[in-house]
Amino acid sequence: MNDFFRMWPAQASAHAVRVDQLFIAFSALIVALAAPVFILMAVFAIRYRRGVDADRSRAPVRGVWIETGWAIIPFLLTLAFFVYSSWLYFQTGRPPPGALTIDVVAKQWMWKFEHPGGQREIDELHVPSGEAVKLVMTSQDVIHSLFLPALRLKQDVLPGRYTTLWFNADKPGTYALRCTQFCGFDHAVMGGRFIVMRPADYAHWLQQAGTDGSLAQQGFELFRRLGCSGCHGPDSTHRAPKLEGLYGRPVPLDGGRVTVADDQYLRDSILYPARDVAAGYAPIMPTFAGQVSESDLIRLVAYLKSIGDQAEEARR
Amino acid sequence: MTDRPVLQTPEERESYLNAGHSLRSWFLTTDHKRIAILYLVSITFFFFVAASAAALIRLDLLTPQGDLLTNEGYNRAFTLHGVMMVWFFLIPSIPSTFGNFLIPLMIGARDVAFPRLNLVSWYIYIVGGLFTLTALVLGGVDTGWTFYTPYSTMFANGAVLWVVAGITIVGFSSILTGLNFIVTIHKLRAPGMTWGRLPIFCWSHYATSLILVLATPVLAITLILLAAERLFRLGIFDPSIGGDPLLFQHLFWFYSHPAVYIMILPAMGVVTELVTAGARRRIFGYWFVACASIAIAAIGFLVWGHHMFVSGQSMYAGAIFSFLSLAVAVPSAVKVYNWTATLYKGELALDPPLLFAMAFIGLFTFGGLSGLMLALLAIDVHVHDTYFVVAHFHYIMVGGAVSGFLGAVHFWWPKMTGRMYSLTWGRISAGLIFFGFNLTFFPQYLLGYLGMPRRYHVYPPEFQPLNVLSSAGASILAVAYLLPLVYLVYSLRNGRPAGPNPWGASGLEWKTASPPPTHNFDETPVVGGPAYDYPQPAAAGHG
Repeated sequence: MNDFFRMWPAQASAHAVRVDQLFIAFSALIVALAAPVFILMAVFAIRYRRGVDADRSRAPVRGVWIETGWAIIPFLLTLAFFVYSSWLYFQTGRPPPGALTIDVVAKQWMWKFEHPGGQREIDELHVPSGEAVKLVMTSQDVIHSLFLPALRLKQDVLPGRYTTLWFNADKPGTYALRCTQFCGFDHAVMGGRFIVMRPADYAHWLQQAGTDGSLAQQGFELFRRLGCSGCHGPDSTHRAPKLEGLYGRPVPLDGGRVTVADDQYLRDSILYPARDVAAGYAPIMPTFAGQVSESDLIRLVAYLKSIGDQAEEARR
Repeated sequence: MTDRPVLQTPEERESYLNAGHSLRSWFLTTDHKRIAILYLVSITFFFFVAASAAALIRLDLLTPQGDLLTNEGYNRAFTLHGVMMVWFFLIPSIPSTFGNFLIPLMIGARDVAFPRLNLVSWYIYIVGGLFTLTALVLGGVDTGWTFYTPYSTMFANGAVLWVVAGITIVGFSSILTGLNFIVTIHKLRAPGMTWGRLPIFCWSHYATSLILVLATPVLAITLILLAAERLFRLGIFDPSIGGDPLLFQHLFWFYSHPAVYIMILPAMGVVTELVTAGARRRIFGYWFVACASIAIAAIGFLVWGHHMFVSGQSMYAGAIFSFLSLAVAVPSAVKVYNWTATLYKGELALDPPLLFAMAFIGLFTFGGLSGLMLALLAIDVHVHDTYFVVAHFHYIMVGGAVSGFLGAVHFWWPKMTGRMYSLTWGRISAGLIFFGFNLTFFPQYLLGYLGMPRRYHVYPPEFQPLNVLSSAGASILAVAYLLPLVYLVYSLRNGRPAGPNPWGASGLEWKTASPPPTHNFDETPVVGGPAYDYPQPAAAGHG
């Protein structure tokens, strides 16, 4: 492929192919809707030019049916595209269960990717091909946006919130990875490579990359080091909620509300424990805001997720 | 009046232009026509300031590594370009100059409803403009014209507060102008000038004024909240101190999407006048065109979420905003098809005004239809925040609004100055602008789909050929924009006297002398027929 002058962006997934088809089909509709305007303007400019003799009698000044027609018909045509494009969009918003989860932390001006086994990489993302991959992303400072043009996908990365992006890249290769939300001085170079590998190559790469233990194991270390286990541990004497089996379950809150113990809730409860207090417990937990980084939070949540899954795994 | 020769030179006759020659007679005037001239001069100044920032940007993007500017310099240049173009050129451009000059003339009034308020609007505008420009040049701001939080509140260096203050100031000028127009159109119409006989230009400005009055305060609120977080660390938008970063985007686009219609609706009004006069035809489907303006203003308030499809807002909200964004295109499409139908069986004079109007229709159609693409969720996810979006809104704002503005200049110049300019040069500049514009911005659609993000100072080398094309187009566009300045200024002294109605147009503004006398009409006109009452060939016009 000639890299100097590319006419079409690389396609690395079935979704990319569908978006391109939608784009081409809609371009055809645009031409069809605009052509009458362009052609008629040119024809009228020639035929009815001032001074040219032409039949100008019975020139209409209104027509309810033709007005209704050109208001409604193009709209209905675009609605067909609306239905298909919304369906595609909803697909990209719903990751399949069991997708490989990779955590992403963005900050001025770099991307940090954390694989579940604890492998870390900066400004490069390796993923296996033919497998659903889910990115759980957050930012340490301003809003960024992860753009993977070969997948036709993009998602803003917000501070204080997890956003997700999932895909199934089926064509191994090296593609672009860029930031598309203006984030300051080096916004234009906050990017790198997105590398899709055959599953065996990915497994090999994971091994090569090396690790200090899985994210969950590292999270457990933090859990002890930060003193969380003092209250939340299995043999603690303090009255604090038990965290085993908590992940993904509904949590009754003080005041009668119920929330689900997802990544966001666990993260926020570490940073702002007084915000949503579990029903039946005194709000005595200290805040960890300013003491744990987004990367550490990801590890802590990974640990909580792992002890949440244990109960489920035992049932299997 | 009747005993005077028709083609008296403007200097010999009493007019608003020679009603006083002192600076005081200009800077303390309450004549809507003189205020319009004050606006025309100041707006042209800000246009060229903002355009020179664009020239820097296009020069810098000739090479992938961005050799001309530093990162900081580039970020400041596109912020200056955006802020100055949006708030100090596009939003006030047609309403403040041509709206001010023409609305009283078109409805047969002596002036706007609140002439002194009108002058105050200009002072607010000029103070806000110079204030903002000083801050942008001396302090520098690199947030982009969108000021996304928490970058703008907690991270950006530079004179963010000063610029935000300047924009808040100029907002009051918009609000007062909008208020003035609404009251003027309601209360000062001449006898017989019913709503159904109002020129479409006035309908467009009425719709624009509604948006100005309703949306601009939201911008002021948003910017004051931004300043509060930046100054006092009140946790409004930054989550690390308890805020919500998306709240800013909701507030900002709730103003800024309707603001796009503030920029385009007046141009649509201009094009209607140009098409009818250029074709000597009554507008096809008067009520559809008039109501389309109001419909655009109303639905335009409900589409702001289409700027946030990848922001993390709910998918269901995305689907609703996608649907409404497709719906808001319907009244625009109605206008385009009606203009085309108006040309049918007309008597088309291919003079500069009609050429600019046709350029507007072509570029606006293309820009609008690419907007439909952006309204489709799956496509927007890919092209959001890329050059595709940059190309789209430049087709609307430069291809559309600026062509409309220049069309208005070329149509009403003889009315404002009493002099004709060179029609040949006018045709040349219309053609150059159309060509240069497409060469500049069409490659940007391709760049966007290929995946080049906006606001990139350096870019991958594979994007260079299209960027070079775009910069080449920009250099043609620069010449094409400077050209009218030359022949129009030249015409001020050397143009032949235009006479009251050089285009043979209908409309009350053409019934009075050029340039009009201070009091507009010698006697209050009485309106007896519909707008655009051109003589129709036999057996026509009753379909």
